[in-house]
Amino acid sequence: MTTDNVIEISGLRKSFGAHEVLKGIDLVVPKGKTVVLLGASGSGKSTLLRCVNFLETPTAGTVAFNGKPVGTPKGTGGERSYSDRELRALRAHIGIVFQQFNLFPHMTALENIMEGQRAVLGRSREEAAARAEALLARVGLAGRGGAYPSHLSGGQQQRVAICRALAMDPDVMLFDEATSALDPELVGEVLRTMKALREDGMTMLIVTHELGFAYHIADEVVFLSEGRIYEQGPPEQVMLHPKGERTRQFMLGHSEFRLPHLD
Amino acid sequence: MHYQWDFSVISDNAGLLLWGLGNTLLLTLIAILIGTPLGLAVALMRLSSRRSLAWPATVYVEVFRAAPALVQLYWLYFALPRLTGLRLGGFEAAAIALSILSSAFLSEVFRGGIASIGKGQWDAARGIGLGYPRMLRTIILPQAIRRMLPVFLERYIELLKTSTIAATVSFGDLLFVAQDISYRTYRTLEIFSAIAVMFFLVILLCSQLTRLVEHRLARSGEFTAR
Repeated sequence: MTTDNVIEISGLRKSFGAHEVLKGIDLVVPKGKTVVLLGASGSGKSTLLRCVNFLETPTAGTVAFNGKPVGTPKGTGGERSYSDRELRALRAHIGIVFQQFNLFPHMTALENIMEGQRAVLGRSREEAAARAEALLARVGLAGRGGAYPSHLSGGQQQRVAICRALAMDPDVMLFDEATSALDPELVGEVLRTMKALREDGMTMLIVTHELGFAYHIADEVVFLSEGRIYEQGPPEQVMLHPKGERTRQFMLGHSEFRLPHLD
Repeated sequence: MHYQWDFSVISDNAGLLLWGLGNTLLLTLIAILIGTPLGLAVALMRLSSRRSLAWPATVYVEVFRAAPALVQLYWLYFALPRLTGLRLGGFEAAAIALSILSSAFLSEVFRGGIASIGKGQWDAARGIGLGYPRMLRTIILPQAIRRMLPVFLERYIELLKTSTIAATVSFGDLLFVAQDISYRTYRTLEIFSAIAVMFFLVILLCSQLTRLVEHRLARSGEFTAR
């Protein structure tokens, strides 16, 4: 069976101890589309993103990647077991970019981008370096490969982190508040990079607080509230004409994203 | 109060003292070479989520950290032959005792170093699909060891000093040689002053070397792991 959905999430639940963060999520990310997750802090959007590549293990429910459910069923409560090997292979196909960049500080930008290619994809040093150089050039950092992360600005570090993920030739890119740790004047360069990715046809699942950006880049906006999908649809619908009261309040609460007719 | 210092005893026995120093360094080096990888293995076991691995490692560390070095050495040297018939030489017994002792201490240094690496580094390493051995080798340990370098040096120096217990089981280390010369010449003051200076110089050399290494590491890439 083939599918055009890179990610299909169904009945996903995640608890930390007694606290249930995700209370049954169903969501698809179609190939070539950009889905943006919005919601107040604590609504579970970052946890949901981290469940997609199993940095967090879901308590119940399934994540299917390119039509194939990850893991095998265990017990009767919707639990699944995941082998280390399967998750490693999965993560190699899913790029993730973090709020805090998380570059490896003891490696140069180039080495950061080469590590996964060498260790996981088995590329040669020359091949990996060439790919890294090409990616750096693409995000406007040509020639900066020899720099250590501490000698790069936040925006540059985040672009290197995007290259590190892209170097694995992922089928989908996850962005976990990729601009939230940046100084305001550095946000633009990272957003431009993400926009260019969309234009190249990359499939993306994005958690962001940049509502203006979300509006322009999203094919679909998903508004999460208290661990559930509260409202979803095209950005014009969810962001300009929200049906639910919580969505409306959220949009109103973000002054940088003015919706004149809601005032 | 009119002690007549006579350092000719040092120059007369220079060869013997240097031989003793060589033995002390050899013993320490062997304990470092065995104790460090063993300490890493124990640390990884303790950090494991599998209780069947973590539990024995915890017992190992607690037991060998608690027992005084001299007690462990005497146990290996005097008690082990009684129990098993296996007779160890002074050097072997001291090398084993010091290796075990240092592995117990160093495992705690490794554990602290690994635990100090932020969650983000693990997330990023897992995020590109690295397996556990690879992420330890290329991402986590290089950072942990750099951070822990001064503590490692401190432990190694402590080990060098503790290695003098080997003299009690007749291994010809620097302390043993010094005792031997002083029994023969009664020049205890000169001899023990001399070996104190020798220890001081060796340790000074080690600290300078570590400083050099730290400096080079600092230059090759600053540390701002979050």
